[in-house]
Amino acid sequence: MLSVKSLDVFYGMFQALWDVTVDVEKGQIVSILGANGAGKSTLLKTIVGLMKASSGSIRFDGQQINHLEPHEIVNLGISLVPEGRRIFSSLTVLENLLIGSYTPKARPHRREILDTIFQLFPPLKERRKVIGTNLSGGEQQMLAIGRALMSQPRLIIFDEISLGLSPLVVTMLYEAIRKIGREGVTVILVEQDVKRSLEAASLAYILQEGRVSLKGDPKRFTDNEVKEAYFGL
Amino acid sequence: MLTSLEPLLNGILLGGLYAVIGIGLALTFGIMRQVNLAHGELMILSSYLSLVFISLLGLHPLLTLCLVFPSLFIIGYLIQTYLFNRVLGRGMEPYLMVSFGLSIILQNAMLKVFTPDARSLKTSLAIQSLDVYGLFHVPVIYLVDFTGGIVLIGLLHFFMKKSYLGWAIRASGDDLSTSKLMGVNTARVYAIAMGIAAVTAAMSGVLVGMTFTFYPHSGTQYLIVAFGVVIIGGMGSLWGTFLGGLILGVAQLMGGQFLGPGFQLLSGYLILLIVLTIRPQGLLGRK
Repeated sequence: MLSVKSLDVFYGMFQALWDVTVDVEKGQIVSILGANGAGKSTLLKTIVGLMKASSGSIRFDGQQINHLEPHEIVNLGISLVPEGRRIFSSLTVLENLLIGSYTPKARPHRREILDTIFQLFPPLKERRKVIGTNLSGGEQQMLAIGRALMSQPRLIIFDEISLGLSPLVVTMLYEAIRKIGREGVTVILVEQDVKRSLEAASLAYILQEGRVSLKGDPKRFTDNEVKEAYFGL
Repeated sequence: MLTSLEPLLNGILLGGLYAVIGIGLALTFGIMRQVNLAHGELMILSSYLSLVFISLLGLHPLLTLCLVFPSLFIIGYLIQTYLFNRVLGRGMEPYLMVSFGLSIILQNAMLKVFTPDARSLKTSLAIQSLDVYGLFHVPVIYLVDFTGGIVLIGLLHFFMKKSYLGWAIRASGDDLSTSKLMGVNTARVYAIAMGIAAVTAAMSGVLVGMTFTFYPHSGTQYLIVAFGVVIIGGMGSLWGTFLGGLILGVAQLMGGQFLGPGFQLLSGYLILLIVLTIRPQGLLGRK
């Protein structure tokens, strides 16, 4: 479904990704791990079009997407739940959700999608008229996920969703992610919380200093393998 | 007692005009977070365009709006696409420089084309006044200004609250790159938003032209009014802008009445300073 091949990405002179290759099959939950600065966010930004690769290719359902603008990529069916949630601070909860259905493809279906999101996250329905950033951290994360689902993505990417949230809330969010996966949406999880994200995933990539240091079925990883791939120890 | 009602009432009506002047800036500065220093020049350009249409076609100034609105929308759209979008997302400073440059260019172009003479959009409305029970007089043109202000702000408010484009404009002002992730073509949405801001400039330009005389350099004076209105009312709130207009209008005319004509401008900005001290985010603004 998503195939990233030999990607090199630069911030000015600094090379953030080196020859990164990642393959995601339809219906999988794929986990991408790595320490701070390992290049996870750069990889995501490049996939959704916010950054441009200097070489390599990204294909989505066979179509080359690395030269497309972010708004075109969303319309193809890739949606990102950004790190830090990035709720729009002058929009209400409902408006935050509705702007998620901005793409021409999603607009006609906004009512049905809104209903399924309110079923998945009931607190959002209750607080739909409140300004989005006035919600609690957990509710804001639900809102960010709901907003990303509003575009009816076929691939949804979660960037650091457990950051700063209580374990109880995180458990609940992971339950929602599994539910989303069962609906047939392909999921990429990017996390620093190694244990949780490896449990949820059927395939994992570990990044270290901009390179893929380990890939495979996380159930077969040994603790030492993970440590070495993660920290380079 | 009743004589003090006259400046109060006229101040409120004048405030409606100030609100229209401020509304374009409320959109660009308050919501899109871009300070368009050429907004006053767009206004005066509209006054001159209206004047051209009046002398060419013999239309009533208010009817020229049918031509001035689309002209200014296109001008705003093109300015954003070819000038302002080039510095989008690089902070305030480059934007200030570009719009300041544009303001100087427009001002001098108007000076060259239209000469420095005082002009006005002549209409019989300007000399009529309503006699309210023989107690005080209300210039009819002020009523027209006020009505224009309420209608325009009401329409704009509805548009910003209820349409995908309105949500997209507000979301882009909050967070440009996240708004792209929603599928918003931010460059195009900003161009449309600037087009709309230019249409509000057209409205205020024609109303100002009917109410007062104008010169090629009058834009600066109205830009300051616009800033005052937006700051008093609060960033990002359209009804706040309306309230800001009323307060500035009333403060100016009351000050002029009771402290002497020389205090008209000063008393308006004293109120601005007081609001800034007590409520820095403006009356209806959020922190």
